[in-house]
Amino acid sequence: MAQVDAALAEWVLGVARRNGATAAEVLCVSAESLAAGVRLGEVEKLKSSRERRLGIRVFMGQSSANASTAELERDGLEDFVAHTVGLARLTAADPSAGLPDATLHPRSFPELELADNDQGIVDADTALAIARRAERAALSADPRIKNSEGAEFDSGRYRVMFANSQGFAGEYEGTSFHIGVAPIAQSDNGAMQQGYWYTANRHFAKLEDAEAVGAMAAKRALRRLGSRKIKTTRVPIVFDPDMAAGLLRALAGAASGPSLYKGASFLVGKLGERIASPLVTIRDDGIMVGAMGSKPFDGEGLATNRKSLVEQGVLKTYLLDSYSARKLKLQPTGNAARSVGDSPTVSPTNLYLEPGSHSPQEIIATVRQGLYVTELIGFGVNGVTGDYSRGAGGLWIENGELTYPVQEVTIAGNLKEMFQSIEMIGNDLLWRSSVVSPTLKIAEMMIAGA
Amino acid sequence: MVGLECFDGVMASRTVCYNELQGRVKLMANDLVRPEQFFLNRFGMNESGLERILGNALERKADYADLFFEYRSAEGLALEESMVNHTSKSVSHGVGVRVCAEDRTGYAYSDEVTFDRMRIAAEAARAIADSRAEPHAAVQVGGAVTRHQLYELESTPLDVPIEERAKLLRQIDELARAYDPRVRNVMASFAAERKIVMIVNSEGRVAADVQPLCRLNVTVIAEDEKGRQVGSFGGGGRVEWSYFLEQERWKLYTREAARQAIVNLDAVDAPAGEMVVVLGNGWPGILLHEAIGHGLEGDFNRKGVSAFSNRIGQSVASPLCTVIDDGTIPNRRGSLNVDDEGTPTSRTVLIEKGILRGYLQDRLNARLMKTEPTGNGRRESFAHVPMPRMTNTFMLPGESTPEEIIGSVKKGLYAVSFGGGQVDITNGKFVFSASEAYLIEDGRATRPVKGATLIGNGPDVLTRVSMVGNDLALDSGIGTCGKDGQSVPVGVGLPTIRIDGITVGGTRA
Repeated sequence: MAQVDAALAEWVLGVARRNGATAAEVLCVSAESLAAGVRLGEVEKLKSSRERRLGIRVFMGQSSANASTAELERDGLEDFVAHTVGLARLTAADPSAGLPDATLHPRSFPELELADNDQGIVDADTALAIARRAERAALSADPRIKNSEGAEFDSGRYRVMFANSQGFAGEYEGTSFHIGVAPIAQSDNGAMQQGYWYTANRHFAKLEDAEAVGAMAAKRALRRLGSRKIKTTRVPIVFDPDMAAGLLRALAGAASGPSLYKGASFLVGKLGERIASPLVTIRDDGIMVGAMGSKPFDGEGLATNRKSLVEQGVLKTYLLDSYSARKLKLQPTGNAARSVGDSPTVSPTNLYLEPGSHSPQEIIATVRQGLYVTELIGFGVNGVTGDYSRGAGGLWIENGELTYPVQEVTIAGNLKEMFQSIEMIGNDLLWRSSVVSPTLKIAEMMIAGA
Repeated sequence: MVGLECFDGVMASRTVCYNELQGRVKLMANDLVRPEQFFLNRFGMNESGLERILGNALERKADYADLFFEYRSAEGLALEESMVNHTSKSVSHGVGVRVCAEDRTGYAYSDEVTFDRMRIAAEAARAIADSRAEPHAAVQVGGAVTRHQLYELESTPLDVPIEERAKLLRQIDELARAYDPRVRNVMASFAAERKIVMIVNSEGRVAADVQPLCRLNVTVIAEDEKGRQVGSFGGGGRVEWSYFLEQERWKLYTREAARQAIVNLDAVDAPAGEMVVVLGNGWPGILLHEAIGHGLEGDFNRKGVSAFSNRIGQSVASPLCTVIDDGTIPNRRGSLNVDDEGTPTSRTVLIEKGILRGYLQDRLNARLMKTEPTGNGRRESFAHVPMPRMTNTFMLPGESTPEEIIGSVKKGLYAVSFGGGQVDITNGKFVFSASEAYLIEDGRATRPVKGATLIGNGPDVLTRVSMVGNDLALDSGIGTCGKDGQSVPVGVGLPTIRIDGITVGGTRA
């Protein structure tokens, strides 16, 4: 099989040039993984995978086309590149199209420790043993844990190689490890609730202990038992860290270039304005060592970096690739994301809200009546208007204390007002994924229930 | 959590498209008529080699093994700011080897379709099985599965010149902008694919299929002094290019997207709380997908983790409700000649006059539940293990006219268009989010309200259905269902129905 290396990339770019392309990019991603699942102590599944894809974007002046293939033999690639150039000729010339400004490409890359050098793909027996330990901890946590959707351990390794016709070339490797557990609790009346918890890291040794993950999953299932629907009311809402992170993702979507130049964002024209409570500072950091969202260069070969998206409530920057930056007459921000065979899109790297000084308990203690939200379902977030309406569940707060579980209600508001009315920020920021937040308290939202 | 989404929406990437490579591999007419031959010719496979790989897979104590071959070509183009400035194409292929032993599944796949790679994959997949003393009887590949003929197209949209497809997107742009001066931006995209699949299993059965699929989407942003709103519409299926020109469907899609954006400019805050809700016909059938369909998938029920587990024969809906999953409707997005395990698709009654009748099954779960597969074993690609999934899920029509149904409501909500939905299988709670809805006041649909999420309990919501319309419609062909990280195309359908109480997640008390 053809070797994927800098020489292949250089050759592909040469073929594009010979076919008349004025500029080109090549991206190759190869990945391997093994996922192991157990259920009720028995092996349920083993899945091993191995994939490699090559994608190109070619330009004929201001016209471009994307293509991807799994065929990496050179004679096949010749045709593939020629056809893609032909496709570009049929595409409208777009004055904003093109590679990024060549002077913006970095000459050196930071060492980000994205790959675990001590642990590759974990073998099946070890993977199954870890998943079993995690599930056993959940099943033995309480007699009301009566069933399970199983536990999984998976590990993967991938390699990204990117080069363009203006001399940029870079590559990096990464690894990922993940344990997830989904026990089911059942109450005396037969009602069931699932609990899910996970740990994920680029480095095997930094995963949380499998037993601790299982025990937490059991706790989360148990605390949902006996959930009630509450009356429709307007009260303060406390988002747990995982649910608060969803608010950051929605904000990042609205702050991303493609939404903005289309006019499809509630943040159009808000650069430099106060969009959130002065307590709120949100940073995007693509060069955090070992973090899930880090990478040495972005999806079009520009340097990733550390910056404030929101500083004390003021929107300081948008998230931009070079296309949306040109459209908005701004500079790209190193946030181009790329999948093989597609044009660049935009995404945050490691996005987090700066922690505050209050413990979650202190925050809950300030609420006389309200909802502590630990689950959200559905897609009810409108990035164009900021309107927000999602299915929610959690624990009712009464006189500053968590009481009974709540389910089958919605919480609704508008993201513009929700960010302005963040009243308290927790000190509990934990890097569990690439978008993280501490506990957040929002002054008031509408709960729709019975 | 599992759910259904229709549009990636404008928040998603600048345009995601797929496309076809017409390079080295020319599809011969014969390959399309006899797709079984395609993989044999294209990748140098032969029957004795396949028998050997299946023998490898069954070397340990396994019940069943299969090989899933896939060759997918896709092509897409997209317009924004009045330019068709994005085109893309892709070709992918690979083979997955699955070994089942009792309730265990081993799976391995490779994007290199060679006997060497398949042997390595078979060795990895069989690791879930115990070693056996007696060798498994040799597999004899032979019997072809008879498949339906639900989408025998003369040509697919991939055969239509790109210029022609681009021209239609430009016409859509013009039509949308002419619809109303408040239209600010138009995004239109067309995606088409052709999948060739072949499944060879340890019973010696061979099933193959050529599966065309396409979708046209229009998204419109409108703006006035009050703010911005978005409207979307689209459709497609396993159809030819001419489908979009017939009955001027492309114009309908465009006007619908523009109309929805304009209507929403005047939307007032949605009400909050439990109220009577009337769902319009067609795509609001997403209710059935979330509230009922997922909870009836065989895997969840075999494991006893669904809110519907052990409830066959019980009343779970009003007697007005009969709900069907049917993978055999010609040219539909959710239809298949054979499922991704080679089983011909079928029509399954899920709920008959309010009584729960059946589950949706793949082979593994059917065997473990001692029942027959229903042709619902589906997977996203060769890189995925099949699971029980829906095809086209809908409710049969009733007697009432839509006017009677709306007219019967003194105060409530009339929801006609939705974004996505999601469900928690275990506790049965589901949501789906309205993108176009109106207040009902004294039997009339009045002011438009902002999008709001509706939340309910799956085993309970259909017991509150008090009227069912005579206007069953299937959706226009836009649904993509996500489960356990796998996306598959599906359809839904619904007549207008009245639900006597579901929680509407608005902001107005």
